Amino acid sequence: MKRLVAGAAALAAGLGVARWAASRGRMPGAVKDPLESSRWLGITINRPPDEVAPGGRLPEPLSRMDAEVRMNRAPGDRGTEVYARPRAQRAGADAVLARLRGEDPRTEIRTALRETKSLLETGDVLRSDEEIGTTRPTMPGKVLDMALGRAAEGGRL
Amino acid sequence: MKALCWQGVNELSVEQVPDPAILNAQDAIVKVTASTTCGSDLHLLGGYIPAMRAGDVIGHEFIGEIVDVGPEVSRHRPGDRVVVCSIIGCGRCWSCRHDQWSLCENSNPSPGITDLMWGGTTAGIFGYSHAMGGFRGSHAEYIRVPFVDYNAFTVPEGVSDLDVLFASDAAPTGWMGAELGGVKPGDVVAVWGCGGVGQMAARAAMLLGADRVIAIDRYPERLAMTARHVGCEVIDYTSTDVTAELRERTGGRGPDVCVEAVGMEADSTGIQRVYDGIKQQLRLEQDRPIAVREAIRACRTGGSVFVLGVFAGFVDKFPLGALMNKGLTLRGAQQHGQRFIPKLLDRIAKGDLKPSYLATHVMTLDEGPKGYEMFKHKKDGCVRAVFRPWA
Ligand SMILES: NC(=O)c1ccc[n+]([C@@H]2O[C@H](COP(=O)([O-])OP(=O)(O)OC[C@H]3O[C@@H](n4cnc5c(N)ncnc54)[C@H](O)[C@@H]3O)[C@@H](O)[C@H]2O)c1
Ligand SMILES: [Zn+2]
Ligand SMILES: [Zn+2]
Repeated sequence: MKRLVAGAAALAAGLGVARWAASRGRMPGAVKDPLESSRWLGITINRPPDEVAPGGRLPEPLSRMDAEVRMNRAPGDRGTEVYARPRAQRAGADAVLARLRGEDPRTEIRTALRETKSLLETGDVLRSDEEIGTTRPTMPGKVLDMALGRAAEGGRL
Repeated sequence: MKALCWQGVNELSVEQVPDPAILNAQDAIVKVTASTTCGSDLHLLGGYIPAMRAGDVIGHEFIGEIVDVGPEVSRHRPGDRVVVCSIIGCGRCWSCRHDQWSLCENSNPSPGITDLMWGGTTAGIFGYSHAMGGFRGSHAEYIRVPFVDYNAFTVPEGVSDLDVLFASDAAPTGWMGAELGGVKPGDVVAVWGCGGVGQMAARAAMLLGADRVIAIDRYPERLAMTARHVGCEVIDYTSTDVTAELRERTGGRGPDVCVEAVGMEADSTGIQRVYDGIKQQLRLEQDRPIAVREAIRACRTGGSVFVLGVFAGFVDKFPLGALMNKGLTLRGAQQHGQRFIPKLLDRIAKGDLKPSYLATHVMTLDEGPKGYEMFKHKKDGCVRAVFRPWA
């Protein structure tokens, strides 16, 4: 019985993450972005444009993406603004299915932008300790995985 | 190796886990010699920051010895005795370069959750859930420290472990509250919470030249400790009206700077505690902002409020009218430790700051669950339980 109760509490905690992440949506006035699938994904890299794209060559791993890319000097001392978006745009059910298969091109570009920035700024892309896990599989862990997986697709970038 | 792991809400256990490894060329492995409890862990333990998984190693305030370094580490080598900042910075993004280390743009490998929740990416933190990068915590025999050149600081000769330990988190957090709260000579400063963080904030306010510092809590032993070691005035919020008391002590003005060092599990004697408690349990509100509300109410017109206490999501009954009409400045942050730790180490070496008194209970790592039990319920006067994995 005690186990069951603890299990239920843990599951509630797992669901809490999903709710926590979802609670942003509760903000009144949050309309769905009509340009969601076509917007440029932008990131600012703390390096001057000639270091971001020496001789006009795109940096890795951004250069490997099937993406339109543009960039400009950022205002102030902020470096370079880099923008990218997939060449082929998916919409509707096609976009949803691709996302479920983990093949959303926008997600891939988002990740490529982040990694490009980190490589240029620090020379590396930081890996998480999760790679040598200490966690054990649980129900709330699965729910958390789903919430974390989904969250990586959203956000500002 | 041995480590203290989160197993579920209010459930901890000591486990054997795989040793950490160097995963990036700028990493180091640190043999942990002392690691302490922090109020932030209580929010994880209680399930208020929900991105935790069974088996996660907790703890983020620690010192140790470097035992291994990656090929691109240049400022440290094995054998260095170091204090490590609880927040991970890359040192080279725009935020790190502008000394806003807890906003590092490259140290959280899974920025999705914080980005989605808050509309911005924040730094990775040791032992602080999968939302903050999924880094292992320091209540363990060893820990991997990323970007070690920027995040570990060599301990000056002759400084004791327990004095330097709090330079990892509590002391720089308190210092940040006072300094970025704008404390200057002649100010009256009020600090909510007399835990490790609040006491360090009060001490920092004094060192920054505040004329009077007043700290607020309910535990007699914490109030007595603050009066004795920080040397400031105190108020027991269970026996008086804090706002009225502050007015009376400040010529009717209220404090110039208010530092909140309580966080999302704030307590009170009144109806507020019941109201926020119920809403929090029903997840209609995530955090209980009782001390923040009081600080905004008590602050002098035109004054400043700094939120050091950790909040995760939404709060209710936020006094925006008072904030706006009184012309207050409200700020908050996870600590920008790397900005303050070198200065703090100097002060600790000189004896201006002696935080070791916060370590009320020094224990083995095996006693971790008991240490948290005492710390959570403030039993036996526990202010900080310190674990010595190799003792
Ligand atoms: N910003 C940061 O980087 C950072 C770093 C460390 C800790 N923190 C946060 O700072 C807060 C304090 O940490 P700590 O380690 O000192 O915790 P702690 O639990 O030891 O102390 C909190 C204190 O607040 C007191 N308190 C509760 N309700 C109060 C109220 N209404 N008025 C006045 N005091 C009240 C409690 O009695 C307790 O003594 C936590 O929220 C923690 O998460 C933030
Ligand atoms: Zn902390
Ligand atoms: Zn950084």
